[in-house]
Amino acid sequence: MSLPFLVFFVCAFVAVLGALLLIISKEPIHSALALVLVMISLAVLYLMLGADFIAAVQVIVYAGAIMVLFVFVIMLLNAGSEERTDWSKMAKYAGMPLGIFLLLWLGHWMYHSAIGKEIANGSVATSSSVSTVEMSKMLFNQYVFPFEATSILILIAILGALVLAKRDDQ
Amino acid sequence: MMNIVPISYYLVLSAILFGLGVVAFVFKRNIITIFMAIELMLNAVNLAFVAFARAHNQLDGLVFVFFVIVVAAAEAAVGLAIVITVYQNRQTLNIERINLLKF
Amino acid sequence: MPILEHLWIIIALPLLGAAINGLLGKSFSKPMVNAVGIGSVSLSFLAVVEAFREFAQLPAAQVPWIKTYFTWITAGAFKVDFALQMDQLTVVMLFVVTFVGLLVHIYSTGYMAHEEGYYRFFAYMNLFVFFMLTLVLASNVVLMFVGWEGVGLCSYLLVGFWFLKQSAISAGKKAFITTRIGDFGFTIGILLLFWTFHSVDFVAVFKQSAEMPVEGFGPAGVLTGISLLLFIGAIGKSAQIPLYVWLPDAMEGPTPVSALIHAATMVTAGVYMVARMNPVFSRAPFAMFVVALIGTLTAFFAATIGLVQTDIKKVLAYSTVSQLGYMFLGLGVGAYAAGIFHLMTHAFFKGLLFLAAGSVIHAMNGDQEMGHMGGLRKKIPITFWTMFIATLAIAGIPGFAGFFSKDEILDAARTGAQANVWFYGLGLIAAGLTSFYMFRLIFLTFFGEPRYDEHKVHVHESPWSMTVPLILLAILSTCGGWFAAPHLMGGTDYFEKFLHPVFATYAVNPGIEQGVSLAGAPGAAGEIASSPMMELVHALTGAPVIIALVGLFIAWWFYIKSPETPKKLAQSVRGLYTLVLHKYYIDELYNAVFIQPLLWISTNIFWHVIDEGVIDGTVNGVARGLRESGGQVREIQSGNARSYATWVVIGAVGFTVLMLGIWLGIWEMVR
Repeated sequence: MSLPFLVFFVCAFVAVLGALLLIISKEPIHSALALVLVMISLAVLYLMLGADFIAAVQVIVYAGAIMVLFVFVIMLLNAGSEERTDWSKMAKYAGMPLGIFLLLWLGHWMYHSAIGKEIANGSVATSSSVSTVEMSKMLFNQYVFPFEATSILILIAILGALVLAKRDDQ
Repeated sequence: MMNIVPISYYLVLSAILFGLGVVAFVFKRNIITIFMAIELMLNAVNLAFVAFARAHNQLDGLVFVFFVIVVAAAEAAVGLAIVITVYQNRQTLNIERINLLKF
Repeated sequence: MPILEHLWIIIALPLLGAAINGLLGKSFSKPMVNAVGIGSVSLSFLAVVEAFREFAQLPAAQVPWIKTYFTWITAGAFKVDFALQMDQLTVVMLFVVTFVGLLVHIYSTGYMAHEEGYYRFFAYMNLFVFFMLTLVLASNVVLMFVGWEGVGLCSYLLVGFWFLKQSAISAGKKAFITTRIGDFGFTIGILLLFWTFHSVDFVAVFKQSAEMPVEGFGPAGVLTGISLLLFIGAIGKSAQIPLYVWLPDAMEGPTPVSALIHAATMVTAGVYMVARMNPVFSRAPFAMFVVALIGTLTAFFAATIGLVQTDIKKVLAYSTVSQLGYMFLGLGVGAYAAGIFHLMTHAFFKGLLFLAAGSVIHAMNGDQEMGHMGGLRKKIPITFWTMFIATLAIAGIPGFAGFFSKDEILDAARTGAQANVWFYGLGLIAAGLTSFYMFRLIFLTFFGEPRYDEHKVHVHESPWSMTVPLILLAILSTCGGWFAAPHLMGGTDYFEKFLHPVFATYAVNPGIEQGVSLAGAPGAAGEIASSPMMELVHALTGAPVIIALVGLFIAWWFYIKSPETPKKLAQSVRGLYTLVLHKYYIDELYNAVFIQPLLWISTNIFWHVIDEGVIDGTVNGVARGLRESGGQVREIQSGNARSYATWVVIGAVGFTVLMLGIWLGIWEMVR
């Protein structure tokens, strides 16, 4: 087996492991750390796919900022381990089958999608990695409107978070 | 570096992660954990986008991933602020105890 | 003005009177109500007189005179016009209805003077006259049925006039429902008629039936079927066996109502109908036989019940049933003119009897029991003499109207084309019984010692508004018979000749008289042509006269000479007496056999099971089902966010399956 395959399978395995750990853990902090594990492995996979900018953004923003925020909140609220309440019949009986079904269904389709086969055949020529310059060009030319809109969105989010988290007596 | 690993492998992995995210979303009782499951689902989708971007040899998928990450950040900020407010009011993070949204 | 062009005026005037009195009468003064009520009928009567004058001048080819005013119903081949017809039979009926009706209206102003709802009474009476005239003038059987039903309605309204009295309401219902049973047969008869002849107009039907042969003796055959079904309607309306039970109960209504509706006009509608349909009936010998049979049995049966009744109006009611039986007997043996003649004379003397009885009741302050009367003849002489004349007429004493008509009928039963010795025999006995119970009534009421307390009841003669109609009717009861007196007595036999075209035009053997109409007509079986004097003697000593005198004598013996005899006789045949007194328990029988089971079925099956269970259950069940399913759906919103999350996932999965499975699958296939 060649190196790419090996790296792929290792990263895939770690990602799935992380996801399983997220489900299984009783403490939310353990789940958070599992999620970080998933994100790191996904970053490696992005690199393998040639999207180095995205891999960097993933690590910096997602794993570095968002997950840190999660961890802060968990520690702040000090919620403790999960209770074992079980009041939703629907979730208990329908949840697992649905999830598994979705997994399998999507997996089947993804596996048998035409694009995948074509690339496996090697009929599509692929270049190496994508340069950041080209991506930024696209970002500021074609997608400038969503770009600006998301900046406003971030502003709103900041304000919202401020208002919501403020205590009432202030 | 030639892409020897078929794109469909990445897509299957994305599907698996998404499915596990759904399971976690339905089964966990801590609000924050549920949030994290949402993030997991978003990541799985990101992976799919990147894979397809590579497959079609286009950059649009990557740009989309960029935006997904940004919006996820904003959403996480606001969502956690809400979680904090809920905790301040109900003193619990068990989603089943926050059941006032009913008939 | 040419009334014949505007025949509708005759029936429109009473309708107008009914509408005015009905809608506005509440605020009218009594004279105003009288003016409208009596005025409309008298104008109608004048119109009838004028119409007759014009009719008499018509050439024979234009009779029957038909005026079509508008088309009422068209449904495919079924076409019913509002068309009025005038022929000789119509003329007779019109005179009877309007003249007797007018007299009864005048009488009512006196009799009902102290009643609540005075205007309502006159409105109903005018409405009745309207419907009766429609019945008589109709030129097709459906329009006649409209009148038929309408008079039934007015009878119900008028019998139940004192609607706060439970017995009156029940009597009204009984009348309407019993005649309804007959009307059901009538309706099917109309359908069968239309199916056979493809028309409901009398002229068209008679023309077609004239082509058809006489049917065999038996219930099969379409003409027999039609005749029998229509006759069932007549059984109900004209109170024959087995549907006569409503007429004695209808005496709950005011006496003028009994006089007009239940003696002179409505109950004779059946007789008129059979006479009108004579071309069809003549070709169905079995139906004629049934008509005569039921008529005879009813005549006899009702007379027996009338023997022992003690309520003055009940005696007259059973007498009416009995006399109607006579009319049907006459029709059934083919003597149509005789039957109609008896209808006319009966209208006079029975109407007079009822009005006079009303006068007696008025004098006795509302008491109708003959057991409380006695010795009234000195106190109310006009009433007494007019009632006595009417009794002579009904008993068939020679010279008075009833004698001629009864005699004709019995002669036809004995010697006519469809003569039958049993019919004659029973009819004769019934005549004797009639004479007996009518004179019994006279003797109990007007003779003997008063059986009431003279200090409590102040007997007084009725006002002139009541006595003048009595006198007029008494005159007609005396002279009315001479219309049809056989020429042997110097009479003109005018009635018979007048009605000849109606019964002969479509007769089985046109040109030859239907049946035998008069004693002494040449060619009648068993009779020899003889001199007028011989025939006079023959007629005067005939069996009907003898039996009438016998009845008179027995009544005199029982109630004047030795008044203890009736009681002793009743004691000795106690069982039979009780049976007859209680009207053979027929009402109780009907109640047990028909009414109670029907009530039980209606209550337990139709009401509880079907109406409450099935219909209410379905409607309520739908509502309950919806509410319960709504309640179930409501519980999806449990407030539990995890279940909401699961629902979201379900939706997402479904959508994914839709997109990937179906759309992409199709796309893959297309590729």
